[in-house]
Amino acid sequence: MTAAPRTIADDSVPRLPRGVRLVDSPAQGGMVLLAPERVFKPDPIAIEILKRCDGKATVSAIADALAAAYSAPRERVLADIKTLLGSLADKQLLEL
Amino acid sequence: MAAGNGQVLHKPLGLLAELTHRCPLACPYCSNPLHLDPRNEELDTATWTRVFQEAAALGVLQVHISGGEPCSRRDIAELVQAAHDAPLYTNLITSGVGVSNEKIAALYDAGLDHVQISIQDSVAASADHIAGYKGAYERKNALAREVMRLGLPLTINVVVHRANTDRIEEMVDQAVALDASRIEIAHVQYYGWALKNRAALMPTQEQVERAVETVEALRAKHHGRIVIDAVVPDYYARLPKPCVGGWGRRSLNVTPAGRVLPCHAAEVIPDLEFWSVREHSLAEIWQSSPAFNAFRGTDWMQEPCRSCDRREQDFGGCRCQAYLLTGDARTADPVCHKAPNHALVAELAAVQTDKPYVYRR
Repeated sequence: MTAAPRTIADDSVPRLPRGVRLVDSPAQGGMVLLAPERVFKPDPIAIEILKRCDGKATVSAIADALAAAYSAPRERVLADIKTLLGSLADKQLLEL
Repeated sequence: MAAGNGQVLHKPLGLLAELTHRCPLACPYCSNPLHLDPRNEELDTATWTRVFQEAAALGVLQVHISGGEPCSRRDIAELVQAAHDAPLYTNLITSGVGVSNEKIAALYDAGLDHVQISIQDSVAASADHIAGYKGAYERKNALAREVMRLGLPLTINVVVHRANTDRIEEMVDQAVALDASRIEIAHVQYYGWALKNRAALMPTQEQVERAVETVEALRAKHHGRIVIDAVVPDYYARLPKPCVGGWGRRSLNVTPAGRVLPCHAAEVIPDLEFWSVREHSLAEIWQSSPAFNAFRGTDWMQEPCRSCDRREQDFGGCRCQAYLLTGDARTADPVCHKAPNHALVAELAAVQTDKPYVYRR
């Protein structure tokens, strides 16, 4: 059973739900995303996106910030962010 | 980092913190040892706080706050706070009995990340009989509803055996009705109290086959709604479980009195030397304690494990089970079809008697 790809609005506000935490573990080599009985090691780009999923910033604002910080094309950044957020939401690791 | 025996030393990911062996329930399959740590030997708040900090520094990411009933500790909120601040992902494993709404709210405020509540059956009278506590069923359901109201993620844990395995579907329905995000269906594993009650708990072959089919069907039915994790019944398996992900490899367990074990049953193996957090740091224990190095890697193995293709996958199975069933902790887990004592497992599984439970007291 595969759900249809979700559409994410530019003004939706992503946040980590209760029970999902982004934690720095120097002993495990950096940031890890922790959920019930699960541990994920996000790549550096995912970490930058996750850090900004604070329940305040919109998807659009996160794209602005990252496009500026990495001097990258905004449309491309926005598309990458939506792909990541969609896959995290499917795993119940993110609320939109 | 290398361990004393030349093996590569992995970093632990999980800590099972058994805060106390005290528990209002008396389940006949309790995973606590037959000799329970008394209250006056329990570690104090400051020592647990240090253990949580040392665990995080060592690489541990998640702490499973367990017991006994962990909420029997008066300082439970302080301990959850200390674990959260360490920082560790905090998972409360509770019986759900004796946990007031005020207490769970305090744990929420202390930063609790996840709650796991056990249920014994979908039928109240049977559930209370198995738990040895009248009214347990209703209290567990009430706590589960309060956990959901607070917005904490909830796992329902069900231990299945002969008396309840035919109601797996009803128990999953109950977890779905409670809006739990996950249910863990674990067949009894025969250590400690469960070993004492093996003949009374052992399911029939037909029950086990039905249980496997039921779980598969329920996974399809509830896809996207609840995650169903299942632990297979050992005595009916062909391949042994990679117990605790390999001895001294992924996790550690601290007992109420502070002894550090590679797994919760490890104390049944004679002549293993366990170190205590009262005398050593967790890092020293992980690296150098004789008990942790006893079965690390593959050097300790005998045949058929030593030359087996699966030796790095299941690590010879469970050391405690090998000892409990054969008297030799270094032999292959008899659950394995290649083990010299494999026939013994089927013989033991065939012993099923309806005698009263020996309750954990």
